[in-house]
Amino acid sequence: MTVSSAMAVPLRLIPIPAIERATRLVFSHVMARHPGLFDRLGDYAHKRYGFIPSDLPVGFLVEPGKGRISVHRKPDLPPTDAAVTGGFVLLLGLLEGRLDGDAVFFSRDLTVTGDMEAMLALRNALDDCNIDLPSDIGSLAGPFAPLVRRAASEIRSRVLPREAGQWN
Amino acid sequence: MTGATLPSLSLGPVLYLWDGPKWRDFYFRIADETPIAHVVIGETVCSKRLHFIEPHVGEVVERLERAGKSVSLASLALVTLEREAQVVRALVRDSTHPIEANDLSALGLLAGKPHSVGPLINVYNGATARLLASRGATSICLPPELPMASVRDIVRDTPGVSFEIFAFGRVPLAISARCAHARSKGLVKDNCQFICGDDPDGLVVETLDRQPFLALNGVQTVSHTCQTLIQELPELIKAGISRIRLSPQDCDMVAVARVFDDAIAGRSLPADAIARLLDAYTGAQFSNGFHYGQQGAAWIADHTLT
Amino acid sequence: MELICPAGTPAAFREAVDAGADAVYCGFRDETNARNFPGLNFSRDELKAAIAYARQHGAMTFVAINTFMRAGREKLWHEAVDDAVRLGADAVILADFGLMAYTAERYPEQRLHVSVQASASNADAVNFLVETFRAKRVVLPRILTIPDLARLAKQIRCEIEVFVFGGLCVMAEGRCSLSSYATGKSPNMNGVCSPASHVRYREDGCELVSELGDYTINRFPAGEAAGYPTLCKGRFNVADERGYAFEDPVSLDVMDHVDLLREAGVSALKIEGRQRGKAYVAEVVSVMRRALAANAADRPALISRLRLLSEGQRTTSGAYEKRWR
Repeated sequence: MTVSSAMAVPLRLIPIPAIERATRLVFSHVMARHPGLFDRLGDYAHKRYGFIPSDLPVGFLVEPGKGRISVHRKPDLPPTDAAVTGGFVLLLGLLEGRLDGDAVFFSRDLTVTGDMEAMLALRNALDDCNIDLPSDIGSLAGPFAPLVRRAASEIRSRVLPREAGQWN
Repeated sequence: MTGATLPSLSLGPVLYLWDGPKWRDFYFRIADETPIAHVVIGETVCSKRLHFIEPHVGEVVERLERAGKSVSLASLALVTLEREAQVVRALVRDSTHPIEANDLSALGLLAGKPHSVGPLINVYNGATARLLASRGATSICLPPELPMASVRDIVRDTPGVSFEIFAFGRVPLAISARCAHARSKGLVKDNCQFICGDDPDGLVVETLDRQPFLALNGVQTVSHTCQTLIQELPELIKAGISRIRLSPQDCDMVAVARVFDDAIAGRSLPADAIARLLDAYTGAQFSNGFHYGQQGAAWIADHTLT
Repeated sequence: MELICPAGTPAAFREAVDAGADAVYCGFRDETNARNFPGLNFSRDELKAAIAYARQHGAMTFVAINTFMRAGREKLWHEAVDDAVRLGADAVILADFGLMAYTAERYPEQRLHVSVQASASNADAVNFLVETFRAKRVVLPRILTIPDLARLAKQIRCEIEVFVFGGLCVMAEGRCSLSSYATGKSPNMNGVCSPASHVRYREDGCELVSELGDYTINRFPAGEAAGYPTLCKGRFNVADERGYAFEDPVSLDVMDHVDLLREAGVSALKIEGRQRGKAYVAEVVSVMRRALAANAADRPALISRLRLLSEGQRTTSGAYEKRWR
């Protein structure tokens, strides 16, 4: 379950500040639409979370308590309290709660490191949020939005049915 | 310690499979040589083992009573088969001695009769202790994982019941329908060949990094460490604990009993007591973490931590 | 037979109801229930909304208050029962005798179920709880064979609920201090087994190492399916043999025996997994619902889709079959 090269290539070409601007826009929009996330996160909102797509050259640092997300080239990613590594599409699937985090951990498609309590709190908080990226960012413009929308639609149309097929 | 009555020593049932003569001789020494006041005997772990001790129960009870000890009979900890249910029913029906209940079926059957409650029954609060007392429980050995704060509250909230603390021995941590001990030797429970008898003190389970961690005792899992609440005796006495339970290990239990007797009476310092326990149980690793609400495997030397 | 489904969050609760649960069980966001994990479980308001949603769709709500009351903190457990009753829980699932007594006395009309954590594994034990606390149903520990269940059903005066799918406790439930021994947090007192606060994963060469507190619980070579760092499913050395001392990282699946369970007199089938995500709940509940309606011959194909969602990606019928022992 990896990002198609058609998506990965543009991401490599776009300068980090541009990716970061777009990501922040999406992030703040999602946070505003899902305030319940904070309630469920409780004190874990103050932890620093890393999301590291294994198939992209960048990683994301999320600090929910500060309402902040930043994008870094992988070697420059600042220290985190807890981090999750896996394919970009898979990470988006987890964000939306369309994939079961435990199942992709069991299958070794996902690795988690650091403070497991914090990671579990975030997982559970996200799971209750019903984030739906296409509709959450539907109104947004910017260079990154089409990419995320495309990734999200990849989850729907290509990746998830194929995965489901493998279960049979 | 002023005003508090000193607790007496009690001996829990042998948890391991010892052959009949070894089991009998162990109790003869307990009868003849120790200051232990109460002795609980009987197989609690596995119903398949019952026949090993049955031929010797009569003479052991007689010898213990002749030495002035009070004797109770322990019921099975895990009852799933009809045969096991019958064993418990027969024990409750026929016993001329008080029974220590170790599962809910015994608790149910003993309603209205004076009995004691073993450490494997979940008594975590005063409400539960009082309920059991109202049904006939006269003494309760609290679960080994209970922290001191809970012990204090339960004893305070439950007048009229003698409370007992699991103060020495590998801690019974879990019990299963499956026999890990038999499996570890390539056998299954139904044809186990009583292989657990090869390990009279339990079979050590190490982590993959060779760190000793647990021990197998048939269907039961016990701790690798030996829980030792001896520096904690003053606060246990102050809290009103009536009995200090020693759980038999394959070591010099007569010496262990004397060490605890001296410590209760204030005749020895904790450091000396621990050194003597190590002589009696060579190679043992002691723990007391549960008492402090910490990991059970921990050893906390500074008892001012509470 | 009723299908009893897990929910750790309101979103999972709705998924379970939509997928055809007869009842959904859940707990409050504190130590009063045995899945006290960070970010999981329900506030009072969330439970109220969940119960209303279930009612609209003809489903029941069971509230698990199935840890043991901490001495001196009984109020937390009492309030959990008070609120569950007040909000209209169809049943409360309890393990502690003291709390059962409180509930039976205060709320004689409230339906009381005996949690698996109470460890009632035989007829005398169950009848004790039925007579003393008027329990209407018992959730049996995962240590009985199907013939054991059938025999038990004839000797007791309440309904039987059994686990059929999900996590597998190898030890008798409610009587296990393994996790407490390694971490200081107790399943019985704190509602956590292998608490996340003490779990670490690290890579060692190409192995994934899982640790709980100071102990290595497993090393997974590259490509091998992983599991939770639960002690009873860890890999250890016993007498110089390296392996799974208690049980492999597998989960429970007894759907092949569902007709036997019905004949044995079982009233309700329970799915484990309040800690799992809503995607899992939706998938498992809908497949189970279809499997229950299907012919026995068609069930294995339906259920096999769930295997890859399971711990270790393998399943076992556990103690329900005698050879497991």
